[in-house]
Amino acid sequence: MIDFINLYLVPGLTIGSVYALGAVGISMIFGILRFAHFAHGDLMTIGGYGVLTAVWFIPIHPLLLLPFGMALAIVAALAVDRFFYRPLRQLPTIYTVIASFGVALIFRSLAQLFWSSGNQVFVPGVRPPVVLFDTFRISALHAQVIILTLIIAVALHFFLTRSKLGRAMRAVSDEPELASVAGLDTERVVRWTWVIGAALAAAAGVFAGMDTSMHPNLGWNLLLAMFAAAVLGGIGKPMGAIAGGLIIGIAEETVTYTWFGGEPLISPSYKSAVAFFIMVALLLFRPQGLFKGRLL
Amino acid sequence: MEMTGLLFYLVSILIAGGIYAILCLALNVQWGMGGLFNAGIAGFFAVGAYTSAIVTTAVSNRHLGGFDLPIPFGLLAAMLVAGVTGWAVAKICVRLKSDYLAMASVGIAEILRLVIVNEAWLTNGSLGISGIPRPFGDLVQGRGADLVYLAMVWLCVLLVYVLCQRLYVSPWGRTLRAIRDNEDSARAAGKDVDWFRLQTFVIGCAIMGLAGALSAHYFKFLSPSATEPLLVTFLVWVMLMAGGSGNNKGAIAGAILIWFIWSATEILTGRLPPEWITRSSYIRMLLVGLLLQFVLQRYRSGLIPEKSPKLRSD
Repeated sequence: MIDFINLYLVPGLTIGSVYALGAVGISMIFGILRFAHFAHGDLMTIGGYGVLTAVWFIPIHPLLLLPFGMALAIVAALAVDRFFYRPLRQLPTIYTVIASFGVALIFRSLAQLFWSSGNQVFVPGVRPPVVLFDTFRISALHAQVIILTLIIAVALHFFLTRSKLGRAMRAVSDEPELASVAGLDTERVVRWTWVIGAALAAAAGVFAGMDTSMHPNLGWNLLLAMFAAAVLGGIGKPMGAIAGGLIIGIAEETVTYTWFGGEPLISPSYKSAVAFFIMVALLLFRPQGLFKGRLL
Repeated sequence: MEMTGLLFYLVSILIAGGIYAILCLALNVQWGMGGLFNAGIAGFFAVGAYTSAIVTTAVSNRHLGGFDLPIPFGLLAAMLVAGVTGWAVAKICVRLKSDYLAMASVGIAEILRLVIVNEAWLTNGSLGISGIPRPFGDLVQGRGADLVYLAMVWLCVLLVYVLCQRLYVSPWGRTLRAIRDNEDSARAAGKDVDWFRLQTFVIGCAIMGLAGALSAHYFKFLSPSATEPLLVTFLVWVMLMAGGSGNNKGAIAGAILIWFIWSATEILTGRLPPEWITRSSYIRMLLVGLLLQFVLQRYRSGLIPEKSPKLRSD
């Protein structure tokens, strides 16, 4: 049981936090701009490399340098929206999907060009886990990631429900025509969607990169699980996306636990297939997700 | 010497270009005619490549088979297995709407990749399969063999083109375009939308399998790291958008054009200073990414835009 918590549940919550933060952006962009943003994983990669570079110059704890990664990701997101997505906005959204597929490749090749294609670590060396009550052995990073994600989730909740801008975002996501008739500045809402989505993506990228190592494919490899999380939580529901991300993360890790007898339920090498099956099953049987998201 | 070297460089480009043309025709069936977004092209390509390799290589204890059958059987088996894989996928996913299908297809490619890497009894895992035969490998060797292979690849392109063109002008193709352009009215006219989509997906996947088989016999060696799946998928998309989606001639023209550009940039980046050479492939990827954005914004209908066949008035 203790092994289950230490080796499956906490790592599941950690990777789930990464999915959750990435899925918020995907869900909001899907809700407001109505397309599946294929470059979101690579936006995470860009944010991660932003912090990595900052660590080279300012050798303090990488999590304190998060704002640098967020700034880089925000600039990147606003630039691709302005130059590559906005010109296609009047067309069927599938063209924007294709464009974002291309942007994913652009981000990735930029990462390879500027930061090399190998693995890079934020802080070298092995950090011993924190031991609580002699039984729980949790790595400090995992604890930091989970706590930071919770703080971000609470802040996001208050932003979306209390601030004027947050409420405008939810309005545009729920009823775009009504929102624009009511005089909401849609382009401003779109801009802030990118800002928030990119900032959270950068945080997710840094968490993922610190947990393993930074490499140019980091974000793309997480994309499928984040799509699944966004669908699970309901498209256009940021809080749902956070719940969805945590559920997918825990599901991926715990299916490899030895539930029955000595064998893992599913071989660990196939655990990334779990997200896919959750996503497809949901799309077929409950496309609105757990939290009544929008339907395409 | 210089001239023959150049000639055979051209031959190698045309062989790879032909294989891409087949992939592009396959995507044109799925996306151009059927409006089905498939971001998992490389997955079905790999299924075809491995199938043909397993069917045609000599008996080996490192992977399933080899069955040592003639190459045509390998090509047919590749189409069959890729088609059946496509059928299984389509059975689950074809009802999904455009963006959702795109998301699911990324997952399909990932799962196919996991199977190829992890099931060593089937594919010899990351070590790959070697000793894949070339057609007429006993009769012609060296550079002559490349010419024979070039002819064979382009014969396949021609056959696939004729097939796709027949599909396009047939009542079947007309129904498909009706579904693509207005699903609801096609459904109201009594067309079984899901069934047509399923067929489209399977036909496209089978053709992608053929392209995979042709590339396996060309390189004679297969391993999971031999190709970068995302790059293959992406190049095929750029080719189809640039050539003209919905038009089979456009698909072939786009494949050749983009493949020539891709190969020419290899020559150009080869002249960069040494410290940049290792990074040249990333510069090329960046350029192709930008090229797609340019095509999407300026030349959306492509080099040879789609032209619906005339209706007969009988």
